[in-house]
Amino acid sequence: MASETMKEGKERYKAGVIPYKKMGYWEPDYKVKDTDVLAMFRMTPQTGMDPEEVAAAVAGESSTATWTVVWTDRLTACEMYRAKAYRCDLVPNTGEGTKTEAQYFVYIAYELDLFEGGSIANLTASIIGNVFGMKAVKALRLEDMRIPVAYLKTFQGPATGVIVERERLDKFGRPLLGATTKPKLGLSGRNYGRVVYEALKGGLDFVKDDENINSQPFMHWRDRFLYCMEAVNRASAATGEVKGHYLNVTAGTMEEMYKRAEFAKSIGSVIIMIDLVIGYTAIQSMAIWARQNDMILHLHRAGNSTYSRQKNHGMSFRVISKWMRMAGVDHIHAGTVVGKLEGDPLMIRGYYDTLLDTHTPVNLEKGLFFEQDWASLNKCLPVASGGIHAGQMHQLLTYLGDDVVLQFGGGTIGHPQGIQAGAVANRVALEAMVLARNEGRDIWNEGPQILQDAAKWCGPLKAGLDTWKDVSFNYESTDTPDFVPSATTSV
Amino acid sequence: MMTNSGNQITQGQFSFLPPLTDVQITAQIKYALKCGWSLSVEYTDDPHPRNTYWEMFGNPMFDLKDPAGILMEINNCRKTFPNHYIRVMAFSAVRGIESPTMSYIVNRPKTEPGFRLVREEAESRSIRYTVHSYATEKPEGERY
Repeated sequence: MASETMKEGKERYKAGVIPYKKMGYWEPDYKVKDTDVLAMFRMTPQTGMDPEEVAAAVAGESSTATWTVVWTDRLTACEMYRAKAYRCDLVPNTGEGTKTEAQYFVYIAYELDLFEGGSIANLTASIIGNVFGMKAVKALRLEDMRIPVAYLKTFQGPATGVIVERERLDKFGRPLLGATTKPKLGLSGRNYGRVVYEALKGGLDFVKDDENINSQPFMHWRDRFLYCMEAVNRASAATGEVKGHYLNVTAGTMEEMYKRAEFAKSIGSVIIMIDLVIGYTAIQSMAIWARQNDMILHLHRAGNSTYSRQKNHGMSFRVISKWMRMAGVDHIHAGTVVGKLEGDPLMIRGYYDTLLDTHTPVNLEKGLFFEQDWASLNKCLPVASGGIHAGQMHQLLTYLGDDVVLQFGGGTIGHPQGIQAGAVANRVALEAMVLARNEGRDIWNEGPQILQDAAKWCGPLKAGLDTWKDVSFNYESTDTPDFVPSATTSV
Repeated sequence: MMTNSGNQITQGQFSFLPPLTDVQITAQIKYALKCGWSLSVEYTDDPHPRNTYWEMFGNPMFDLKDPAGILMEINNCRKTFPNHYIRVMAFSAVRGIESPTMSYIVNRPKTEPGFRLVREEAESRSIRYTVHSYATEKPEGERY
């Protein structure tokens, strides 16, 4: 019973400081409501602290509490507004007898009325607003959230969504192919558009601005936009396919971003791009603009690793994925597994499921701690970018499936026979692998042979495979699952 | 003549591969049926990238689950329109998809002239682009 831990009436509201647990923020018997927002934190309490008390402090400070008792609580339905920590489990393989100090998974339920509808900014101001700096915790990480259907329905969701994006682009049944223009910085508009044209004509579906290409002295944004659209349209006429280039409209103010987005629309681009660093509210505004203007909205997750990579502090990328699907972007970079950036296969599958599923069941191996009904919000297309090449096609298709943009930047532009040849190599490798998978072949094991067979008639693929045959990025991930599948003994 | 790597239109899932044999097409049909999708055959003589609605060679075959029967429809379409573009499409009726899930070309005209890019100079340095299909200079049914 809550009353066993919580003081009541006059005693509870006496001026002074009492433990959070006794203020009503720890409620182990709490029955979660369908309309509650749920959050799960990985908490490392200060040495000697009672974990349940610290859990209650996290619940308190992310909802109604302050450090001392305030009588003004009694003017409100404060029992309802208090977040309730209802579960506190020792994390497997931490604490006594292990190399890692004790960590706890803390589950907290928040009343729906604590949040303003349709505002990621408001949601996050509560959930991650204050608690990460509390002295009572050594470290804290937001691992997962369950957003109730009632709250999801107050968000637009992805402006276009995977289904409509594929219909508009007329591309079905295979991953999309992209590349980021390289070098990231320094190309003039004219030279930049050359890269875009070559890659698209060669066979890619998209080319992309990098996150830090905005409007610098070497290339102002209007110049880039105009040359890129020349490249896109030339390539479309040369192939008979719809092509696109993510024009990055990230800028210093909303006014400037709207101006750039309007210009992109006026010259016929099908897609624009923004960076995560512009902030949640700006992202939501651009998503609304994108839906109103038939525009696909690509998000680069610039900056996320500052707070998502370390396992003991910050937040998991799966939570960012959830927020960004709510905020309304159509694409988000979500990891490659095999490329140069951080990523454990199961964790990344968890992010992909979060972005793509209509309903995500609990799956601890993938780091999915809550069941999530997506309430018909559009699907957000994951983008795999960073250090991937054609020789990994069987691994990419196995890990990431069809609904993904595979971005081969270096793997296209760095091809020994040129950019068009690089794009041909990637497209041939992709189509050969999809064909083989659909035929029922075991691409995980036969993949290298399937690629070699295609390379017999495709020179560019052969050259690409020879160049990158030994490139792999085998580093241990920092963000790994806490739960591994284990055989259960039958009784 | 088109100047891209295969000198041909590259719409669909498998345009970068050598033309699919009947055995390969049958394998793709089986895959679609295993996924619970319905197959459909469509043809056109206007392959403009935004020509969404190719002519249907009959409705999608919702009730036909026999790969050989579906291949027969594809081959009937090829016989009727030997010099058109023909594509096989798969449709999913599952909630959350309800859209095409496959699309691949199984027949092409003997020559593919491709497209001209028409530029209309607009204000400032902007250009309005139009992709014009050479084939559509002739009336429907008389192209290729």
